[in-house]
Amino acid sequence: MEYVIEMLNIRKEFGNFVANDNITLQLEKGEIHALLGENGAGKSTLMNVLFGLYQPEGGEIRVRGKKVDISNPNVANDLGIGMVHQHFMLVENFSVTENIILGSEPTKMGVTNKKDAAQKVAKLSEQYGLNVDPYAIIEDISVGMQQRVEILKTLYRGAEILIFDEPTASLTPQEITELIQIMKRLIAEGKSIILITHKLKEIMDVSDRVTVIRKGQGIGTVTTSETNPNDLAALMVGRQVTFKTEKGPAYPTEEILSVKDLVVEDYRGIAKVKNLNLTVRKGEIVGIAGIDGNGQSELIEAITGLRKVKSGKVWIHGKDVTGMKPRKVTESGVGHIPQDRHKHGLVLDFPIGHNIALQTYYTAPISKSGIMDYNKITEKAQQIIKDFDVRTQGPHEPARALSGGNQQKAIIGREVDRNPDLLIAALPTRGLDVGAIEFIHSRLIEQRDNGKAVLLISFELDEVMNVSDRIAVIHDGEIVDVVIPEETTEQQLGLLMAGHADKDKKGGKHRVE
Amino acid sequence: MSNRATNLLVPIVSVVLGLIVGAIIMLVSGYSPIEGYAALWNGIFGDLYTIGETLRQITPYLLAGLAVAFAFRSGLFNIGVEGQLIVGWFAAAYVGVAVELPKIIHLPLAILAAAVAGALWGFVPGLLKAKFRVHEVIVTIMMNYIALHVTNALIRTVSEGGDRTERIFASASLRSEFLENLTEFSRLHLGLLLALIMVGVMWFILEKTTLGFELKAVGFNQHASEYAGMNVNKNIIMAMVISGAFAGLAGAMEALGTFEYVSSKGGFTGIGFDGIAVALLGMNTPLGVIFGATLFGSLKYGALNMPNAAGIPIEIVEIVIAVIIFFVASGYIIRLLLLRAAGKKKEAK
Repeated sequence: MEYVIEMLNIRKEFGNFVANDNITLQLEKGEIHALLGENGAGKSTLMNVLFGLYQPEGGEIRVRGKKVDISNPNVANDLGIGMVHQHFMLVENFSVTENIILGSEPTKMGVTNKKDAAQKVAKLSEQYGLNVDPYAIIEDISVGMQQRVEILKTLYRGAEILIFDEPTASLTPQEITELIQIMKRLIAEGKSIILITHKLKEIMDVSDRVTVIRKGQGIGTVTTSETNPNDLAALMVGRQVTFKTEKGPAYPTEEILSVKDLVVEDYRGIAKVKNLNLTVRKGEIVGIAGIDGNGQSELIEAITGLRKVKSGKVWIHGKDVTGMKPRKVTESGVGHIPQDRHKHGLVLDFPIGHNIALQTYYTAPISKSGIMDYNKITEKAQQIIKDFDVRTQGPHEPARALSGGNQQKAIIGREVDRNPDLLIAALPTRGLDVGAIEFIHSRLIEQRDNGKAVLLISFELDEVMNVSDRIAVIHDGEIVDVVIPEETTEQQLGLLMAGHADKDKKGGKHRVE
Repeated sequence: MSNRATNLLVPIVSVVLGLIVGAIIMLVSGYSPIEGYAALWNGIFGDLYTIGETLRQITPYLLAGLAVAFAFRSGLFNIGVEGQLIVGWFAAAYVGVAVELPKIIHLPLAILAAAVAGALWGFVPGLLKAKFRVHEVIVTIMMNYIALHVTNALIRTVSEGGDRTERIFASASLRSEFLENLTEFSRLHLGLLLALIMVGVMWFILEKTTLGFELKAVGFNQHASEYAGMNVNKNIIMAMVISGAFAGLAGAMEALGTFEYVSSKGGFTGIGFDGIAVALLGMNTPLGVIFGATLFGSLKYGALNMPNAAGIPIEIVEIVIAVIIFFVASGYIIRLLLLRAAGKKKEAK
């Protein structure tokens, strides 16, 4: 068998910490090879070794059978290895072509020759069915398109081997389907792909073989057609994983959150939430299902005081909190796991301990008459790190250094630990692995069982169906229907989310008010 | 190479490289670098008098550096330290000449006046930034010009047409006989003590208070700070006010210590602008500001001796000093080179 890339017994250490221990990955020509592991298992480290960003302490790398020393990313480029990063490396106000040629601009008599480059980009785009406009400006195109620009960037530089790092993390279901087609097209054109992911469904859909790593150790390589999601999950986590979230029936009581005729506008003055009505009661989880951009973010921001309310009312515990400052809302008994953990959820340059204290830093025992007691922050942080299984070197490690899943666990720890009457969880499991998702879901259900109200916003149908007691479907800023998960199907939900409300359907009786 | 060794080596190598390049410049221009550096050394440490004067020169740099660093830590770029210093200078001098009071009241009052004037000058850009998102760099630069010309006009009014005020009453002066006697009658004054206390104050605010926690959070990430219920606008204004107060105190050093009067100015003092470099050299930490201010103050004062003692024109002297500071500021590059050299050595093994 011909291998285009062989990483043999790779070992990478950071101080005393072994990030990769004896990992072997062999990529065949023309295959899609998935690299599976939990958040922080060492997938990115391994790929950074291949891409020349890190030097391994042991093992060897062979490209097309020849031993190579990849001392920096330029060497990787020359060997035909291209990386499609999870967080796109694009200049927002440059065009597609300008981004692609950035760093190796072709010139004609000293002047950048964009025209020829644009033609080459257009040709590549057509060849691989990417449908990208070479002259479009990055900030004007969708996330899915931006990712294709990243793919084009590697192809333009002659990559034969493409590494996709968590490519579906920020894509819509539609875009994911298209991406899978693109990957298959790439293979058909003779490229080879390494797909870094922890999403089992994708692996089953698209990959030929899977290499699993767990806590830095290479577990082995299996052929996709000979395995199933349950076995893969067990290999990855090291124990059996339940996919169906276990939960008993809900016993909702009094109303905690009540939203009436809420109208919220975006910065351009266009209504994103239109006369929205919603209630969440003690002891239930209400899921908001909808396609990204239908007013979910604006709704949450309006409830939590981060965005102005145009008209309508928000009550928490019968208290009118409409238009109140975020702190007042928080102190009314609201916990908020924000949608964007890097923008709102964390101060990335602060230690993780400071971040855990971000909602309580001004209260006793941490702050007394304006003076901080940082020992109390450390104590609190250690407790939450332990209770919520945040994998970190300790409270003093910068939040930036933690993996996404552990950052999220710290945020959830911070919000849940305050025991809020209403917990708002916006995309709480975005980008996380099955183990972490399982943990977070069980925490949400635990809150519910303790008689708290939970409002869950998710773009993932599985999650909404599994975790919610009631599902409010949002479309174009309105709740178009409220359904019970057991009485509906994903197809029905999908139709509702797309705006095809069926007024005669039985589910209609569950509408709020 | 261990981290600690690198941290120690970087500033030393930087200064040595700066000195070498400075020497080359002097050589090329036809002057003796040995005589030049000897003059610089004597200008800084020559005798007790020069040491006293060097310390006096360091004092306003300390406070100007603190002002810039404090704003930086809160995510703000205070280019207005110069203007805040000028109004502080005037306010302190005015209180110093306008009334005569017991020293225990007069001196603190004059110092306070400087801090309040600087704080007020910082408040305006802070308010505009918080309320209307006007960039603080634009406003502070303009506030510098306003400060310069408004104080010049006020000085003319106060001195009835003259271009400097009377000398302040002794009850408002920072001068100390003890320090003067100690340093062969240099102008070293008690302001140095105040500046060092302020270094501690900045550290305390940032590292020990709840306000400091908020200021740093806002400096790093305004969105997350807002989410956490902090009043971002209040913190922006607070940061500018405190920064301005530090700058105003730098002005008080000149008004109550070095000169004991204020005269109308044809241009900026430069201390406020050098404060930016002082803060950056010190990586915006309180201790770092001491390092930056010491370097700046020593070189600036010591350089005055080079034209006299070594006959090097002041223009060349200023280039040499700039080169040395430039190399210290390029510590990052030197760190990189050191690490690379260490890496090569390791590979060779």
